[in-house]
Amino acid sequence: MPAPFDLIPTLLLGLVVTLEVTAGGACVALVMAFAAGLGRLSGHFIVRAVARIYVEIFRGTSALVQLFWVYFVLPFFGISVEPLVAGIVVLGLNIGAYGAEVVRGAIQAVPAAQWEAAAALNFSTRQTRWRIVIPQALPAMLPPAGNLLIELLKSTALVSLVTLGDLTFVAQTLRADTLRTPEIFSLVLLIYFGVALVMNYGVRRLERRLSFWRDVEARR
Amino acid sequence: MSTAATVPLVRLRHLGKRFGEVEVLRGIDLDVPEGQVVGIIGPSGSGKSTLLRILMALEHPDEGRVEIAGESLFTVRRDGHERPAGRAHIRRVCRSIGMVFQQFNLFPHMTALQNVMEAPVSVLGLARPDARQQATAYLARVGLGDKLSAYPRELSGGQKQRVAIARALAMRPRLMLFDEITSALDPELVGGILELLAELSAAHEMTMLIVTHEMSFARSSADRVLFFDRGLIVEDGDPATVFTAPTHPRTREFLKRELSG
Amino acid sequence: MKLDWDWEFTVMIMPLLANALRLTVAATVAGAALALTLGLALAIARGSAYRPLASATVLVSEFVRSTPLLIQIYFLFYVLPRFGFSTTPFVTGVLALGVHYSTYASEVYRSGIESVPRGQWEAARALNLSPGRTFIRVVLPQAIPPVLPALGNYVVAMFKETPLLSTITLVELLHTAKGIGAETFRYLEPFTLVGAFFLMVSLVATAGVRALERRLPAYGS
Repeated sequence: MPAPFDLIPTLLLGLVVTLEVTAGGACVALVMAFAAGLGRLSGHFIVRAVARIYVEIFRGTSALVQLFWVYFVLPFFGISVEPLVAGIVVLGLNIGAYGAEVVRGAIQAVPAAQWEAAAALNFSTRQTRWRIVIPQALPAMLPPAGNLLIELLKSTALVSLVTLGDLTFVAQTLRADTLRTPEIFSLVLLIYFGVALVMNYGVRRLERRLSFWRDVEARR
Repeated sequence: MSTAATVPLVRLRHLGKRFGEVEVLRGIDLDVPEGQVVGIIGPSGSGKSTLLRILMALEHPDEGRVEIAGESLFTVRRDGHERPAGRAHIRRVCRSIGMVFQQFNLFPHMTALQNVMEAPVSVLGLARPDARQQATAYLARVGLGDKLSAYPRELSGGQKQRVAIARALAMRPRLMLFDEITSALDPELVGGILELLAELSAAHEMTMLIVTHEMSFARSSADRVLFFDRGLIVEDGDPATVFTAPTHPRTREFLKRELSG
Repeated sequence: MKLDWDWEFTVMIMPLLANALRLTVAATVAGAALALTLGLALAIARGSAYRPLASATVLVSEFVRSTPLLIQIYFLFYVLPRFGFSTTPFVTGVLALGVHYSTYASEVYRSGIESVPRGQWEAARALNLSPGRTFIRVVLPQAIPPVLPALGNYVVAMFKETPLLSTITLVELLHTAKGIGAETFRYLEPFTLVGAFFLMVSLVATAGVRALERRLPAYGS
């Protein structure tokens, strides 16, 4: 293969790891976003407080610092974490904290009248929340969630700094080996961009799917 | 219609509610026997909607007592004292009450059929096929037999209100509350809803409290008319008397304004 | 090993970390200045009537916004010198941060500009104001205050991304912490302190942004 495309096979190996971390992190983030987002709306003070603390800590500190802390400090407590797991968990928790605010905002945006209509039909609070309110909140969550997914993708580059062989790590290694720096990094940027475009497309399709019931004006 | 029930379905004693500085309800006393159709009229802000919302436990009263079929709604008796009731108790007592809102409040992410089915399945535990059958029947009864799979955004205001009525009926409440259900409708759609309401009233299947601005409807379909003014029930009688020979001057004023304008 | 926090050690390394904090803040401020000005320029270019310019701006913005800052930092660090731009890690870092976040800033500016009612533009037209004057004296003053909180949040985000500059040897907080750890084999105190620093600054800054939000004038027209 001609240059610079001969670099691609090697880079693809790194891309696989990047996608693994992104997928795993997204799952963790999804769970945490709903847990903390709903937690912040809970009637119990302790639940609300715990959720708030989680959100403030993970939003308030840098992802790289969190990653380093887990990678360098935890071993001293006897907890040794594989870089892949560390990456997935830390990045997932990080993005999940931002996601919690998205979930919370979307749920609060569902009109109070819907809660009243459900109460008039004798629904319990839990039933109302899960069958009536959350389904209506989902379409509003998707655009910001899409952005967070891109942020997650970008933050996976950080795992290269804790020795995980992702796309960035492979790029750095190649650079050190071959010194073909501009080609390598340009290709890498294009690959990340490509993945981001695919993700955006997917999120937009999902949003359209979930908006089947929305009034035309609201769909903008 | 049975006259044997001694305990009124709804009993209010000294019901009071304040919003900030404003006293919206000032010591309401009311007994509504089972099966009665009550029309509630009065100027805006006189407390009519608030009364319905308190019955549906969407608001809590500041003072007074609410009894549904002899059971207190907002308090429970524990250790010989009246204590504020928890959510579970309130929900249980409200089981037999349904409400139709001015703004319809349909669930936008469900079809008409699903809107009517959802509560019987989730709350009453009805099996889905039975709920579907029942919902189809109710929607046919309100004239929407051909709109079962339509979403609220595809329906007109009048159609949405019909779905809302069917949805409330499907829970087979003993008491139905109607909060100005035609006020948000375009004028040409109001008649259809009033017809439906008149049918329901004539059938006397349940007790109905109807807050309305449609005087002719109240006059023709209600068994009893209440006139609210500034938080008090100022007139209470049968439609014929209230509309032709009201006793209270404020009632006379109000009727003169409404019926001439 | 169990939790044994060495307070003496903590006190000893504080001055080192405080020094690094100064550098971190300096990088943030410089990066923010670049991001906020470049962002405004991008926002104006996006709204340009000249289609190719607008489209090109969108494309470049999306590209920069959707790709990792870390790669962009590497790119500038390794590639710039080849074109004759030899400079310090600080300048490279500020450039990377500033350009990356200018794309976010431009979105924020854009939304602020678009939320200024059409009527304002029309009234300016009716008074015969030139588009330039309209923009500077009528639209911008109304577009910017409502979006200041959002811009503030991005400045805080920039602050939290400065550790990435440690990879190009900028001796900021994280780099210093790593150095201390490598030398003394005590990682717990430096990393936790650094985390705490970030958290504190972030909480204070976010509270500041929220206070700013509350005091903003709400325009009615």
